[in-house]
Amino acid sequence: MELQAVLMAAGGGSRMMDLTYNTRKPLLPVGNKPLIWYPLNLLERVGFEEVIVITTKEVQKMISTDPKMKLDVKMKLDIVCIQEDADMGTADALRHIQQKIKTDILVVSCDLITDAALHEVVDLFRAHNATLSMLMSKAHEFTETVPGQKGKKKTGEQRDFVGVDGTGKRLLFMANEADLDKGLVIRKSIMRKLPRMHIKTGLVDAHLYCLKKSVVDFLADNKSVSSIRGELVPYLVRKQFSKSMTSPNVNDEADQKLKKKDGNANLEIQILSRDEVLLQLTRERSCWNDHRGDMSEAYHGVRLRCYVHIMDEGMCYRVNTLAAYIEANRLAPKLFDEPAVHPSAAISVRCLIGADSIIGASCQISDKASIKRSMIGASTTVREKVKVTNSIIMHGVTIEEGCNIQGSVICSNTVIGRGADIKYCLVGSAQRIEPEAERTNEVIVGTDQLMEI
Amino acid sequence: MKRESIVPAACAAVTYTVLCHPHHHTVFIVLTDGPGNKDDITRSKNEGKELSKEEKQRLRKQKKQQKKQKERKNEKSETEKEKTPVSLLPPPRPVATQKAPSALPAPASAPIPVPASAPFHSSPAPSPADKPAKSKAELKAERRARQETDRAAKQPGSSSSGIKTKVPLSELNPVVKRLPEHVQVDDPAVVKRLAKKLERQQIPLRSDYGYKVSLFSHLHQYSRKAPLTQQLSIPSTVIHPSIVRLGLQYSQGIVAGSNARSVALLHAFKQVIRDYTTPPNEELSRDLVNKLKPYISFLNQCRPLSASMGNAIKYIKKEISNIPSQCKEEEAKTKLLTCIDRYIEEKIVLAAKAISKYAIEKISDGDVILVYGCSSLVNNILCEAFEKSRKFRVIVVDSRPRLEGREALRRLVQRGISCTYVLISALSYILPEVSKVFLGAHALLANGYVMSRVGTSQIALVARTFNVPVLVCCETYKFCEKVQTDSFVSNELDDPDDLMVTRKGKTQLENWQDVSSLGLLNLVYDVTPPDFVDLVITDLGMIPCTSVPVVLRVKNLDQ
Repeated sequence: MELQAVLMAAGGGSRMMDLTYNTRKPLLPVGNKPLIWYPLNLLERVGFEEVIVITTKEVQKMISTDPKMKLDVKMKLDIVCIQEDADMGTADALRHIQQKIKTDILVVSCDLITDAALHEVVDLFRAHNATLSMLMSKAHEFTETVPGQKGKKKTGEQRDFVGVDGTGKRLLFMANEADLDKGLVIRKSIMRKLPRMHIKTGLVDAHLYCLKKSVVDFLADNKSVSSIRGELVPYLVRKQFSKSMTSPNVNDEADQKLKKKDGNANLEIQILSRDEVLLQLTRERSCWNDHRGDMSEAYHGVRLRCYVHIMDEGMCYRVNTLAAYIEANRLAPKLFDEPAVHPSAAISVRCLIGADSIIGASCQISDKASIKRSMIGASTTVREKVKVTNSIIMHGVTIEEGCNIQGSVICSNTVIGRGADIKYCLVGSAQRIEPEAERTNEVIVGTDQLMEI
Repeated sequence: MKRESIVPAACAAVTYTVLCHPHHHTVFIVLTDGPGNKDDITRSKNEGKELSKEEKQRLRKQKKQQKKQKERKNEKSETEKEKTPVSLLPPPRPVATQKAPSALPAPASAPIPVPASAPFHSSPAPSPADKPAKSKAELKAERRARQETDRAAKQPGSSSSGIKTKVPLSELNPVVKRLPEHVQVDDPAVVKRLAKKLERQQIPLRSDYGYKVSLFSHLHQYSRKAPLTQQLSIPSTVIHPSIVRLGLQYSQGIVAGSNARSVALLHAFKQVIRDYTTPPNEELSRDLVNKLKPYISFLNQCRPLSASMGNAIKYIKKEISNIPSQCKEEEAKTKLLTCIDRYIEEKIVLAAKAISKYAIEKISDGDVILVYGCSSLVNNILCEAFEKSRKFRVIVVDSRPRLEGREALRRLVQRGISCTYVLISALSYILPEVSKVFLGAHALLANGYVMSRVGTSQIALVARTFNVPVLVCCETYKFCEKVQTDSFVSNELDDPDDLMVTRKGKTQLENWQDVSSLGLLNLVYDVTPPDFVDLVITDLGMIPCTSVPVVLRVKNLDQ
């Protein structure tokens, strides 16, 4: 077996608590499908037959009972539950399932919605015998107004600095603004080997990683690493050019010296020991080099290599903020070709449903309702003369007559009283909006939610 | 036995263009068809092949019938009957002994008269009762059939002149050799057959890319941006992951060079053998060979196999099929792994040492050695010679688009050898300084021609003009049974987009596909005649180019 897929679905959605306090992030509906369906669909389309899903008990219950998931996902899901309050990072989760991992792994996050060609990422991993291969995409500006946002959009989002070589494939440098004190620090060893580096900001990390099995074993020994993106990836990228990794020959002496060092050296041993004599002979005889201009051999003799595939065009979203959630709802329907209107929805003849709206199963849309550019969840009732524009309505919502909902997100099981005028609001789940209410740019959540800060 | 003339006499529907190389003695005869003729030729090619298949089936039936008749007519002892199956066999042979396009239309005419004689045979067969009366008619029919076949055999002229002499040999091993599919890409029937075969093996078919120059339209041309893995599922289950990795490395050029490719192939096969388990009710010797077949097709799709790889595969297949059936699986696997290690050790590593030893004798102090491109063997020789304190300097000649000479330059300079670097356009300017030319080879063909990176024949030609000795270094495992006299018949077309170069932000050939009259050609190999090569240094010693068939014959006898 070549690759095992691991889906990380235990995250809490800490940046959109308003949406996730009732519905867990993996089950948030996007285009009337749970968020977790998208990465599973991506893996299935590519050809995976089994996925290890790491999630919480709640989500597992929901997945096993949800009929839609059962129908659409044909792969075998091996669901591993972890405690919700254990505060496990993604790397801790990998350590938890170390026994199940037998080959190299492909780690996917549950909030990834993309139509990327995965074979590009995996080809880099295979062809260059890389330790890490990841996917990034050019970030798109979110154009939709985010409900509940007061004032200008805060630019507090920490930037990521990504350094790649001339071909744009080899990952040389990765740092987050939060980790940098005053400026970018680039090691001289990198500059000596690869004097031309392109540093890019404005890239979205898709949180899709191909990792070698030796990395998982390394994680098992080093319990201090807890997050893949936050700690493991920058560590691997830094380790590429550290002195101990660039030994030219596979010497027994060098191996022994390394074994005497601390646990961090385990990674190097695991990589060195698998470099067989034949592979070295191949590299010696092959007339290929990945760079030119200096005297070193291919890859500068570096054994730990990190690669990145940067997508120029195509869709790649990580649904971890409200703005991303809304944007994803706009564009996710393009990923699948189900009909926009579910066949079981009861739609009266005289209502107006725009072409880019999605109506969920068992909905009831009454006369003279107008639905434009919106997503209506399952089992929702929309009464007469309701105007819904640019909004996301989750399942189980009741919208009484005469309402006007614009640019809002209405979570599940709410009731909007008649004649209410909701503009750019975020209404939490199981809320009641009183009739004739006029709300603009507000976040309406229950009082129990307010305590969670 | 060299055949210089390959012009068939009986091709009426084809026009010829004769190209004469000013320096070479060989004449290239290129078939340029009129607009309608190409379809005729492809049709006749198809017909010819189909007929030969049907013909073969008919022959088999007749053989069986005649065996029955023989048993019935035992007393009559008709030796003529035994001769007729033999005389019917030669006509399909013209398909086998021909080389590529110029001779293909010829055999189409050959099998056509033969079926005319076949009915003569079927008529005497279904009347066993009337033995004495039929025997005379039968004899007459057979005599007539024999005359027909002899006439048919004589028709294609010189192309079948070798057939009469080959008849006794063909009796021993009646194998009909078909042209390999990778030189018949413009023939839709062959392409369909390949597609069916790949479908059966569950391997995706790689589609050709871009406009192909008409002279080379019979070869595949792939794009590096469309890898075969696009159509495979990602955790590849059909093909072993190490083979997928190898195919990717071939198609992206990460593993390039004849020796490197063979070593990588054997390494991947070692991993396949390690992960292999015999399914129940199967024998390892047969099942493993069948398992390797789709992998080899896959690698062929990624990049056409080299001659060295072909020989390595033949060796492995032979070793696998020679495993005795009572051998346990673990034993068999370790045996195979040691065989592979031994093959690499003997044929590549030790051969390189032996060749260096011979070659160093030829390098004297004060030499100026010219090398072309990046040949691992030649680099090895030069490095060893430098270590043995020979005083020489090297001129590295390079050519676009691969620019492999830069890698050779780096390796030599790293050792401390003083080098000069020129492009091939400066060859005639630099040659007066050169005392010897060392060339590497991709393969050595059975007629003494050297197949190597494109540009090598130019180097050899110009060196001959300047009276500079040309020495080719090649291990014996790269010797192959193919015979080729020109670089058109069988070659490899690389990605045409490699020829695009960006200077000062502008890529002139960026939209070359939109220009209808423009075709980009990126050849990989060319063929050097033995007249230009003075010596071939192999691990068996230093031999002249014409002794290659002798080495092949000795190798075959050994095996």
